[in-house]
Amino acid sequence: MPSPSLTHHNSSEFCMELENVGISYGGNEAVKGVYMQIPRGKVTAFIGPSGCGKSTVLRALNRMNDLIDGCTIKGRVIFDGQDLYAPQVDPVEVRRRIGMVFQKPNPFPKSIYENIAFGARINGYRGDMDELVERSLRKAAIWDETKDKLKESGYALSGGQQQRLCIARAIAIEPEVILMDEPCSALDPISTLKIEEMMHELKKSYTIVIVTHNMQQAVRVSDMTGFFNVTPKADGDGKVGCLEEFAETETIFNAPTQQATQDYVSGRFG
Amino acid sequence: MAPSTTPAPAASVFARSLDFRASLSRNRWNSFFSVLAGLFAVIAVIPLVLVLGYVLFMGGSLISARLLTELPPAPGLDGGGIGNAILGTIVVTLIASLIAIPVGVGGGIYLAEYSRSGWFAQFVRFGTNVLAGVPSIICGVFIYGLIVSTRVFFGQSYSAMAGGIALAVLMLPTVIKTTDEALKLVPQELRWGAIGIGASRFVTITRITLPAAFTPIATGVVLGIARAAGETAPLIFTALFSPFWPEGVFNPIATMSVLIFNFAIMPYEAQNALAWAASFVLVVMILGANLFARWVGRFTRA
Repeated sequence: MPSPSLTHHNSSEFCMELENVGISYGGNEAVKGVYMQIPRGKVTAFIGPSGCGKSTVLRALNRMNDLIDGCTIKGRVIFDGQDLYAPQVDPVEVRRRIGMVFQKPNPFPKSIYENIAFGARINGYRGDMDELVERSLRKAAIWDETKDKLKESGYALSGGQQQRLCIARAIAIEPEVILMDEPCSALDPISTLKIEEMMHELKKSYTIVIVTHNMQQAVRVSDMTGFFNVTPKADGDGKVGCLEEFAETETIFNAPTQQATQDYVSGRFG
Repeated sequence: MAPSTTPAPAASVFARSLDFRASLSRNRWNSFFSVLAGLFAVIAVIPLVLVLGYVLFMGGSLISARLLTELPPAPGLDGGGIGNAILGTIVVTLIASLIAIPVGVGGGIYLAEYSRSGWFAQFVRFGTNVLAGVPSIICGVFIYGLIVSTRVFFGQSYSAMAGGIALAVLMLPTVIKTTDEALKLVPQELRWGAIGIGASRFVTITRITLPAAFTPIATGVVLGIARAAGETAPLIFTALFSPFWPEGVFNPIATMSVLIFNFAIMPYEAQNALAWAASFVLVVMILGANLFARWVGRFTRA
């Protein structure tokens, strides 16, 4: 686990930093004591068993947790030198810089073109919309499949195509970071492969943070991996998630320092 | 040996037959309750068929261009129509819609999007349910006391405006409830999708969730309008009646339901016949509104 002293850094190297982040739902602590430095222009994967708080931490990175009643956060999430949870910060502005793609494909009930243009329009995009739509769809590796039916509903696409449409939609707002919450868990292997290939392209321009249950996927796409685990609470009442180990993906899967990480990545968990 | 020639002897002797046997008590009860449920279903639609048939029989023969365009005759005279009442019903319903739709949809949006489970939202939901159960005549008396007897509108007492407000009070719970329910049916993922790419709450509601819930909201609103258009009790106290063409929204106005009420009990045959004709026109209008609501549902889903 990185020590707090590491926070004195070169600001261009790290995109986001979590300092002693703890998140609770109501009075129930879900995850605590997370220190993490997410490097810029890389893919960072969160792995770990169900209920370990990895999705919760991901949602904390662009303040999506604000939408959940009773969710409170402790600690600091630093993005570009600013604390995302400082009182003067506008969460809408945060989400424009840090876009999100969800587990279930959720295209808007509009045409493919409008799905992409929506985000750009509300962000005050003044340029050539046709060009932006094409560029976004190309980046999400779905242009060839959709260029002849941009006026058709987003629902007319297959699940894998819908998910890439949602990624294109997130790209269209030109964010700096794209958060993906198990983006392939509802997709078949072929669609998963396409999205993984796309992520290799995307990380040239964006910082990507992905939550995945699929360890092979973490190995294939990510540069850094954080392993989250559940540990019994100090008072012995229930369990709480924590970041067990955070290192380069190769280290996590080949030479982890923690026994729990070793057990999890080799399938001997629990 | 071909497999189909003879089954194994042991199986043919000892296995229980799989054939359907109507004499079993479970099968007899099954048939009995199927027939019973079907019978009750038929009984349930008999009133509708009888009402439509009877109104058509009594009023359908009077339908003509004159009926729809002329004023009702003076008591004792023949001929005439219910043109002023048709126009009046449209005017009063329009006033009611102009009040109830913005307030109701706005209130529904607040309940579903801004405060799903706060104490105030719970209180408003409970209040809406109570308001939906308030008898329509109470609404009429309420508006009578609030607007008609106090003459707040330019010293006028009975007026189309008062009638419209009374109907709006009746429509409001329907509109709020359908908006609230329709918005709650919009998948949460759709909201997250919009908010996750930096849409504000206002943009998310107006551009994503409201359009997604448009069909059920529109259906509910049209049904609410149809329901209000047929109300009589609140209009007797508020819009009153007028044998003449409408003279602006701050004067008494004729409506179909009040015309039916007035004319049906008059001792003149011409008026009784007009009441039947008006009943027929009103039923057709409400039927039309219901069909329109269904059409809106189908049209926007495509």
